[in-house]
Amino acid sequence: MKELVNLFFAFARIGAFTFGGGYAMLPMLQKEIVEKNHWATEDEIMDYYAIGQCTPGIIAVNTATFVGYKTKGIPGAIAATLGMIAPSIVIITVIAAFLQNFADLAIVKHAFNGIRACVCVLILNAVSKLAQKSVVDKICLAICIAVLVLSIFTPLSPALIVILAGLAGLIVKRTGLSGGEK
Amino acid sequence: MMGLLRLAFEFFKTGLFAVGGGLATLPFLYAMGTTTGWFNAQDVANMIAISESTPGPMGVNMATYVGFHSFGIIGSLVGPLALVFPSVVIIVIISKILNKFKESKMVQDVFYGLRPASTGLIIAAGLGVAKIALLHLDNFLDTKNILNLFNYKAIILAAVIYFIMKKKDFHPILMVVFAAVVGIVFKF
Repeated sequence: MKELVNLFFAFARIGAFTFGGGYAMLPMLQKEIVEKNHWATEDEIMDYYAIGQCTPGIIAVNTATFVGYKTKGIPGAIAATLGMIAPSIVIITVIAAFLQNFADLAIVKHAFNGIRACVCVLILNAVSKLAQKSVVDKICLAICIAVLVLSIFTPLSPALIVILAGLAGLIVKRTGLSGGEK
Repeated sequence: MMGLLRLAFEFFKTGLFAVGGGLATLPFLYAMGTTTGWFNAQDVANMIAISESTPGPMGVNMATYVGFHSFGIIGSLVGPLALVFPSVVIIVIISKILNKFKESKMVQDVFYGLRPASTGLIIAAGLGVAKIALLHLDNFLDTKNILNLFNYKAIILAAVIYFIMKKKDFHPILMVVFAAVVGIVFKF
């Protein structure tokens, strides 16, 4: 029971402070899920992102469900998911009820412009930490760069890009191109 | 009551078919507005603005907003819960399958390609935020003056945060709060 409560509140903290979508959540996940609670490893988070990108639903929610299920089965999946969405429900309901012009308030714009500058540093910091683990050889580096270029310069859907990368991994491993690394 | 069921059904459908995160829910929202008459395109624009300036996943924010807009507090619970229900079921099923095949060579080979792909997508997302946060692209295109391209205040703040994080591994929440306060105080 205590673990379920912990899951709920860890994801509620993440949900309450993630600005800018599922990937912006990575720095929070590293801190709360990997470093503090050891519910998942960074590799697993990467796997969850990749799968979450190709399955229906919101990536942030899918990742929460994965971590929750891994930690405490179905009750864990539900606790983590509810934690992830609870802050949004409360905040948006309050705004919709009382602050229709919320997004136009000067103070909100100023705060949000500051937060955005912070978020890009947080994401790039988090990525550099994790790249050391997910990009283990030259072929991984090539896949990473190819995905980056495709997603910035082509209109291909990220889901399709992820599937292509999975296929590339399979082919490289099967044909022995990777030179026998682990 | 019928209205609420309809709301649940519409968001269930969105959760089941929108692949790839918050923005993928947009086409579903536009369609929902037209077929149900609950809200119009202007409302959707307003919702996007609010979702983007509040924390949390955009899809969940939109579902809450639409639910509240159309059915009050009950709606703001039913919308997001219906939205996440299909993905919870799907992810639990995938987790069970993964647990079974985790040791399979084939699954591991696929993940060998997936992990760097996730990394690439996250870098792309970070660069996307950086482009909006640190540059004034429209300002530059209007004036053709390279000096107008950079948002100096934001770049200085980003650099400060970078060096703070180098020195000490603060919790990201602290950094977000710090950045919000700096943004308000210095009128970013």
